[in-house]
Amino acid sequence: MHTTPLLVGCAAGFSGDRTDAAAPVVQALVASGGPAVLIFETLAERTLALAQLARRADPDAGYEPLLVAMLAPVLGDCLRHGVPIVGNFGAANPAGAARRITALARELGLPLPRIAVVHGDDVSGPEHRHLLPQMHGRAIVSANAYLGAEAIAQALRAGAQIVVAGRVADPSLTVGPALAHFGWAADDWQALAGATMAGHLLECGAQVSGGYYADPGLKDVPGLAQLGYPIAEIHADGHCIVGKPAGSGGRVDEHTVKEQLLYEVHDPAAYLTPDVVADISQAHVDEIGPDRVRLRGVRGHARPATLKANVCFESGWLAEGEISYAGPRAEARARLAADILRQRLAGLGPLRADLIGVASVFGDDAGRWLAATPAGDAQDVRLRVALRHAERASAERLNREVTALYTCGPAGGGGVRTALRPTLGTVSCLLPREALHAGFIWFTEGAAP
Amino acid sequence: MITVPLWRVAHGRTGDKGNRSNISVIAWHPALYPLLAEQITAPVVAACFAHRRPSHVQCHLLPNLHAMNVVLDEVLDGGVNDALNLDSHGKALSFLLLDLPLQVPATLLPLLRGPNTTDNGDTP
Repeated sequence: MHTTPLLVGCAAGFSGDRTDAAAPVVQALVASGGPAVLIFETLAERTLALAQLARRADPDAGYEPLLVAMLAPVLGDCLRHGVPIVGNFGAANPAGAARRITALARELGLPLPRIAVVHGDDVSGPEHRHLLPQMHGRAIVSANAYLGAEAIAQALRAGAQIVVAGRVADPSLTVGPALAHFGWAADDWQALAGATMAGHLLECGAQVSGGYYADPGLKDVPGLAQLGYPIAEIHADGHCIVGKPAGSGGRVDEHTVKEQLLYEVHDPAAYLTPDVVADISQAHVDEIGPDRVRLRGVRGHARPATLKANVCFESGWLAEGEISYAGPRAEARARLAADILRQRLAGLGPLRADLIGVASVFGDDAGRWLAATPAGDAQDVRLRVALRHAERASAERLNREVTALYTCGPAGGGGVRTALRPTLGTVSCLLPREALHAGFIWFTEGAAP
Repeated sequence: MITVPLWRVAHGRTGDKGNRSNISVIAWHPALYPLLAEQITAPVVAACFAHRRPSHVQCHLLPNLHAMNVVLDEVLDGGVNDALNLDSHGKALSFLLLDLPLQVPATLLPLLRGPNTTDNGDTP
């Protein structure tokens, strides 16, 4: 139970993030000399379902594919300097991730770390099935509840050097270490809400430190190729100061922090998490130094009685095809190609058509935007079409029809690319807390996967 | 009064959860915030996104942050799993909103960001 601030550095904001991000963050944490934790957030909504599919194909897989690339550069320093690592990189196989980290430590000649594996998020089994939505015959790929910070905090208090979780709420990766460090009461909603919003600022990695912000001439950010990932200094009352490693690229100012503070927020007075309902309606964001921004005034309310769960299911096939037209009347030829495909694929369900270079992003799937875009004279246009179908063979027809434009379509079409992939759907539901039994176990090498 | 695109007055980012999109609109300067609150209203936003048929639009005001949070329901064609759009998250949508025209009193013009040109500053 401490009153000194806790530093939480974030080295990943999604699966596939830069793997060289962690080292400068860990150097800054170690240089501070104070208590510090390193977190990795690698699970978006669908990532866990993809991980579950990977585990089906290979029982040893199903955790973050970049796990070793992310951890190898910093594992030794973190263990040597007492910086615990907390991540949801366990995905669909936290024990598998723990085994791989143990092997990595051995490969690097390090003492084997004490690894806690968080369990309780997987609700795909029969004992929870009655709590999930009716699936109408669709095959469930994964079902996971968003756990809170408690199991992470318990593991850290018990001396874990690494905490491997699957699905936990993103901010809980930060709240867990803060809860363990400060020893807040379970109903200290103000402090929990402050730490939750600190976690929210961190959970997308560089999105708070200048990533995903730049707009040349209007919002310039230095050093985007060497972005510094964020570090939050969390105080005992829950307020935080966000910064980044000295000498790194990027920027942390009032504006980068506000963009991330509101990212994926709906009602700012009620940001729901498993740990607390956070309220930023009275919050203040202040620049207190170069690349140092304070967030204060976050209020907290009692945590929800239910936990959110995501259920992923097989939802059919997505087919996409593209072909390019250039030069005089290119746009007219691309539009004609789209008309041909609409006729050839009629009856297969909605076909989306985009004219890349003319109208392809803001538009709606029904084509109202494109229809309202007057025909112009664009000279470099790529037609892109997409459809979804429950049956693979039907979806595949799109790919054949786009390819056939080579000989049957308008003049000069080139560069056909097609793709066909299975798709996953997601439904969310709320589960009573009593139905979930979150906790942690120590990883031991003899344990079953 | 001079008409400028919203991006000269504010910046923002889009987030998505399921079939719901939220777009932050953050004033470049505290004195510009009232313009957002007055002019970026739910009906104005709904008209901007009419082709996506939002079922509900709400503009949450955050005067302390000199910002607002715009929430648009059912504008993502089902969301990241179901939409046929290349940008199935709708990540680019903030730039559609940020191109809305805004009326700015001449006294506030020095606070605007971006190129201060007079020839295209009046485009609707």
